[in-house]
Amino acid sequence: MADLKINLAGIESPNPFWLASAPPTNTGYQVQRAFEAGWGGAVWKTLGDPIINTSSRFAAVNFNGQRVAGFNNIELITDRPLEVNLKEIYETKKRFPNHAIIASLMVEPKREKWHEIVKRVEAIGVDGLELNFGCPHGMAERGMGAASGQQPDLVEMQTYWVKEVAQTPVIVKLTPNITDITVTARHAVKGGGDAISLINTINSLAGVDIHTWNTIPHVGGKGAHGGYCGPAVKPIALSMLAECARDSEVNVPISGIGGISTWQDVVEFLLMGATGIQVCTAAMHHGFRIVEEMIDGLNNYLDEKGLKSVTELTGKSVEKYSNWGDLDLNYRVVARINTDTCINCNKCHIACEDTSHQCIDMLTNEDGKNYLQVREDDCVGCNLCSIVCPVDGAIDMVELPSDQPPMTWNERQSAIAALNAQSTEVEVG
Amino acid sequence: MDNQFRLGTLAPEKLQQNFAEVQPGLTPKAAMEESNRCLYCYDAPCIKACPTSINIPSFIKRIATGNVKGAAKTIMESNPVGASCARVCPTEELCEGACVLNDASEPIAIGLLQRYATDWAMESGKPLFEPGPSNGKKVAVIGAGPAGLSAARELARDGFAVKVYDSKPLAGGLNTHGIVSFRLPQSVALWEAEQVANLGVDIQTGITVGKDISAEQLISDNDAVVLAAGMGNVPSLGIEGENLSGVYDAIQFVESTKTMANAASIKLSGARVAVIGAGNTAIDAATCSVRLGADNVKIVYRRTKDEMTAYDFEYDFAKQDGVEFSWLTAPKRIIGDSEGKVTHLECVRMVLSGNGGKDGRPVPVPVEGSEFLMPVDAVILAIGQTRHNALIEAFGLRHDRGVVIVDDVTKQTSDPKVYAAGDIVFGAGGGEAMVVSAAEQGKQAAKAIIGKFAPQNHVII
Repeated sequence: MADLKINLAGIESPNPFWLASAPPTNTGYQVQRAFEAGWGGAVWKTLGDPIINTSSRFAAVNFNGQRVAGFNNIELITDRPLEVNLKEIYETKKRFPNHAIIASLMVEPKREKWHEIVKRVEAIGVDGLELNFGCPHGMAERGMGAASGQQPDLVEMQTYWVKEVAQTPVIVKLTPNITDITVTARHAVKGGGDAISLINTINSLAGVDIHTWNTIPHVGGKGAHGGYCGPAVKPIALSMLAECARDSEVNVPISGIGGISTWQDVVEFLLMGATGIQVCTAAMHHGFRIVEEMIDGLNNYLDEKGLKSVTELTGKSVEKYSNWGDLDLNYRVVARINTDTCINCNKCHIACEDTSHQCIDMLTNEDGKNYLQVREDDCVGCNLCSIVCPVDGAIDMVELPSDQPPMTWNERQSAIAALNAQSTEVEVG
Repeated sequence: MDNQFRLGTLAPEKLQQNFAEVQPGLTPKAAMEESNRCLYCYDAPCIKACPTSINIPSFIKRIATGNVKGAAKTIMESNPVGASCARVCPTEELCEGACVLNDASEPIAIGLLQRYATDWAMESGKPLFEPGPSNGKKVAVIGAGPAGLSAARELARDGFAVKVYDSKPLAGGLNTHGIVSFRLPQSVALWEAEQVANLGVDIQTGITVGKDISAEQLISDNDAVVLAAGMGNVPSLGIEGENLSGVYDAIQFVESTKTMANAASIKLSGARVAVIGAGNTAIDAATCSVRLGADNVKIVYRRTKDEMTAYDFEYDFAKQDGVEFSWLTAPKRIIGDSEGKVTHLECVRMVLSGNGGKDGRPVPVPVEGSEFLMPVDAVILAIGQTRHNALIEAFGLRHDRGVVIVDDVTKQTSDPKVYAAGDIVFGAGGGEAMVVSAAEQGKQAAKAIIGKFAPQNHVII
């Protein structure tokens, strides 16, 4: 069994599984239950001036019978007095001294407000702080959360204020509701943040009830945008993580968040640069016990890969994430259909025929049996057929030897520029 | 022991319970899960395997997206008796047998999904189709079974004035009268007939063509005639004792169980029953007997399990009902007591001779001296069906021993004005006599008639 311990910017945790600041970390009761279930850390639901929540507030996006492919909420930060939360944090930390408890904080962008809350929270003993610059609804209208997070200089300044007094590591949680997340990430680092975490939820409207014409969710017939999370947001989170991880100016550890539900998701986030991860929706969908499957799966994976520690995964795929201009234009794959495995649903044929390059033929062999075949000369290697194929192994994307040396678009552009320069010289000459 | 004293009828509640539909329908959640499992194949093999070519992936996708009315309409569009077929089709051999998931995981439960959608249509009472604007043409349809209703429905939708004649008091044919109610409740078949009647089709029941109205008159009064009279009763075995009390014709026997009032009059509780034959009707008669309270039910068949014509699922069902099978056993004589009641069936053991018979099957040969007596209280004959030779001859149609000869595609008979569909054109070597095939043939006949009178509808643009 590999070592699952992590150290994120000085915050130690028995495993990389933290609960994100959200409904599951609202109380001492919940966080203690989570630690008993196996979670290594918890980011306590955001502290600040207690708010009043609405009823209702959650909604799920289901897809093809699969429940909670996406999740959406209009819940705000804690609705309980700071003293109550602090008392419970203290008690929880006492019971679980080796688990990581991070306090998520949100106050108005005022220096003394930040100083005050940081001091009070650190006084009862937390392992770190997470600054919530991400909550996209409600708090943003009051100038907090994403309203701060969308202004890089405000992120930097507030991080700086926190760092003026903080004794524990400071994680800056970023909003995805922004054009380029690396800009805010860089400012968080400039402000002195010890780590960043991403992503917070994405602006969303879960749906419209086609019978009542109300929004989903609605509060007495009216709705507002909420924050989107759950499995559906994972690709967005992963790309934002990758952008930050490969940015040389964002040279701090990253806590990965966004649609993580399985151990495979965890491995992907770690490979793409996360040191630890945070989970919320999967726990809300299945309860805290889901962490058992994640820990076991991760352990088996590490053993199978011959890795001694989970930390060995961090960042291993970052260098594989690049720009389009750096991709080899001469690399080529084509689809090949394995007729033994193919079940002849013909989904690849119709997908290719209607929406790609019309290169999968429906044929009949001498025995009158139907089969599908790719005309490889016409195949552009787009992957669509293998994506829609319901049977694993029925369509392989096969690498073809290239008769040309690798060349990226960037290299090509510079080659053309060089040629142009040459010909101009000739003309001039 | 005098068995006759024991024979009686079950209490009405028990009878009701025994003849209630066996297979439960899908719950909405199960239907949703199952429909979402469908791959929505392109050029799907299930469509090709359905004699009526129901667009199965399309109707399943509609269920998956909450459009159950659309699903029901897709089914009934292709198959006017789609609700019955959802229950009685040998789906393992048709749509589900062709499902691409057979080897990958498990075929989609197409029959149950079809039932889910058509049940919804039945319960909602929403009309799925409308009659077409009148084209002034008249068609008579003889037989209100699957083939006749199917032809009538298609013709009515195209604007024909259609009158259907059926000798029974209720429409629906085999579906209403001949299929055991625990597999197909009568209400389903009657709903399908009602859908056709709702298109303005005049369904005249209790009218026997050839007796109440002549063939000549039907031909002269109409622009076309569709003969879809099905088959007759079980033929005689030609053995001694067939007229004894306690000997039943399997078709009439099953028919009488379709209404609880009639079922209550059959005294089989505690009885020992022998059913002669091993086709689907024999199974039906046997399982009905069990449900009427019979103590012991044996299927007596002169060949073996390999040669029986019943579907595998029917056979399994009978086994689960406790029906016993006496293979390689042929009846020789039915023996009765002084009051004319059945007491014994004399049987003889058979062996299969390797020489292929006319139909290519091994020939059963009696084993000399192997005769034995089987004590029974009832004997049910299920050895095939007679043909409507007289009716066919009244129309002056060419036929082969009661099987009307028709064009494969148009179902037109030797009389260009008369078309024939369903069991009346079903002959040996002509596939299986299935409800779904009858429905398709009815559609084909209607299509040919429509093509004949309204060619403008079929111009290929």
